[in-house]
Amino acid sequence: MSPNHDHFPEGAAFRSTLKNRYGIASLWQALFFSALIIAILSLTALLYNVLDGTFGYIAFEYKKDPTTFTSTPLADLEKDELLVILKENLSSGAYKKLDNEQAMQSRSQADLYTLFLERLVQIDTKQTWSMTESILRGNEIRAEAAGKYPDAKLEFRSWLTPQFLVTPMSSKAEFAGVRTAILGSLWLVGIALLFALPIGTGAAIYLQEYAPKNWFTRIIQTNINNLAGVPSIVYGMLGLAIFVRVLEPITSGSLFGVTDSNGRTILSAGLTMGVLVLPLIIINAQEAIKAVPDSLRQAAYGVGATKWQTVWHHVLPNSIAGILTGSILALSRALGETAPLIVVGASTFISVDPSGPFSKFTALPIQIYQWTTRAQSEFHAIAAGAIIVLLVMLLTLNATAIMLRNRFQRRY
Amino acid sequence: MNQSRSFDLSKKPRLGESIIQALLFLAGILSIFTTVAIVYELGKEAWLFFGDPEVTFAKFFGGTKWQPGIGQFGIWPLVTSTLTTSFIAMLISLPLGLASALFLSEYATLKTRSILKPILEVLAGIPTVVYGYFALLFITPILQNIFGDGVQVYNMASAGIVMGIMILPLISSMSEDALSAVPRSLREAAYAMGATKFETSIQVVLPAALSGIGAALIIGISRAIGETMIVAVAAGAGPNFTINPFEAAETMTGHIARISGGDLSYNTIDYTSLFAIALMLFLVTLVLNLISQWVVNRFRERYE
Repeated sequence: MSPNHDHFPEGAAFRSTLKNRYGIASLWQALFFSALIIAILSLTALLYNVLDGTFGYIAFEYKKDPTTFTSTPLADLEKDELLVILKENLSSGAYKKLDNEQAMQSRSQADLYTLFLERLVQIDTKQTWSMTESILRGNEIRAEAAGKYPDAKLEFRSWLTPQFLVTPMSSKAEFAGVRTAILGSLWLVGIALLFALPIGTGAAIYLQEYAPKNWFTRIIQTNINNLAGVPSIVYGMLGLAIFVRVLEPITSGSLFGVTDSNGRTILSAGLTMGVLVLPLIIINAQEAIKAVPDSLRQAAYGVGATKWQTVWHHVLPNSIAGILTGSILALSRALGETAPLIVVGASTFISVDPSGPFSKFTALPIQIYQWTTRAQSEFHAIAAGAIIVLLVMLLTLNATAIMLRNRFQRRY
Repeated sequence: MNQSRSFDLSKKPRLGESIIQALLFLAGILSIFTTVAIVYELGKEAWLFFGDPEVTFAKFFGGTKWQPGIGQFGIWPLVTSTLTTSFIAMLISLPLGLASALFLSEYATLKTRSILKPILEVLAGIPTVVYGYFALLFITPILQNIFGDGVQVYNMASAGIVMGIMILPLISSMSEDALSAVPRSLREAAYAMGATKFETSIQVVLPAALSGIGAALIIGISRAIGETMIVAVAAGAGPNFTINPFEAAETMTGHIARISGGDLSYNTIDYTSLFAIALMLFLVTLVLNLISQWVVNRFRERYE
């Protein structure tokens, strides 16, 4: 530590020390800044990694030769012909099941073509390549694929398609989609919001407007701050013990005449998420209520309003934008949470839309987890596609929150 | 103008007001109920686990194998991997977080700040399962390229590094708050003595903000210990008594996630053992969070 010398250098010695000190100073400034560069690079690498996995070459073989079903080239298959092929080659039970889900006649040519590939021809993915590889070494890949898999077709594919969003889960990565997962996530967030927003706002009003300043209030406040720091998986265990097990008659719906489920339902998971985001919503709502100036309250009391009239007609309307903004941010946390859902018992494979609070469920982060931990690279590719869907949903939520804040924020 | 009517100025009982106040009070104490429920439910099942005649104190703290299903109850493999991943995470996030906090609070102009700060906020908002994908499919291959075949597909190093990136924004923003709370007069005094910006930051501002930075460090550790998805995806599936970061080893959280992911039947030793682990997690993070709050309150330098 150079400046703490007993004597103070003078003249040339001083100038040299000074130069030295400034040198060290700018070196460290660069070091400090490089920490931020590393953060930016990490973020860039993460986004690039996801995009890189979403697009790329795929080499696949048809398990059965399409010519055994039709002599028409695949590109020229018409809807009518596909209908005939499907009817002839699918077992009558399978055909009926599909027909019940959606009448075959009313399906589009693209839908039928997908069914034709998925059910009859069947695709066997040999290898996938990332976007960067596909762009930089396109020719090598084409040569490699032709050498290794002489029968395979090579295609540049985007795994994130409009079809991907509206198709339910499938055990084949090539035909899987995130429809069930998106709906499950929306249900979860909706239930969490219904549970946590009123209770969280109520608790915040109590703590800011009603609570006496004593030891008990301090305990409540400390407790809320601590709950915000409890690991999410512990909330999962709480949900498993309380909502799934103890409250099973309610959460499974058996009290309401639903017979075919256990406690591992959307309702249990949604309530667990609600408990998880509750402390965040309370803390955010408290901040919003704190920002309402005291003069408004005193003016209300001055004209004879009761405490609740003051809160309802003056404090709440002036803080509601802040409360909603905070709640949306808390919900975006719930949307990305995975661990509690695993513990509460998200289904790993489910292809029917959730029909109500008592159905089994899956959610976007659960699908991402499932697909990421599979060994085959085509599942990593759809995991990447699902991540993009999740990130876009989060971005939308956060953008909404920021717009709300800018639109309604009042300064006093 | 004499007022002859007398007013009753005592508080009128209002039923509606009282009901509303009672409801709001209930909402307020629900959080207490949540804590009680966590302690009670985790404690109850953990009690069953430790009450099992097979589970002895010596086995629990003496064993190095964890497989409750076949009577092996040594907690150490789960603890060592949790500590290893958390240590790596702090090794990454503390210096980077502190450095970026110093830059943002002491060096950055308002405009630079308004560009850089949101980037950290985006990093903080990314779901942890996405970080898990990043660890497994980006960091692990890089580690394998650098360190060769010794690096297993699932390893604690990549999980720890990515966890460090995840915690960086938290450390950075808490430290920055602590640094900004140091009054301007201290900096001005240092400049007046001829100190450079760096000397001021390190020898004057940083010591004054040390308690806040300590609190950030403790909260960071607590986050690292409780983090689940990154380790569940990237650190490995299966308890392994090792501190070699390039080996696969399951952490406490990762173990809970993997075991509870199957259809677990109640009242088995597997089920109760998970609650015992969760109780340990809860207590450790709770104590860390409380210490952090205490440090902030106790050691805060008071100016004025």
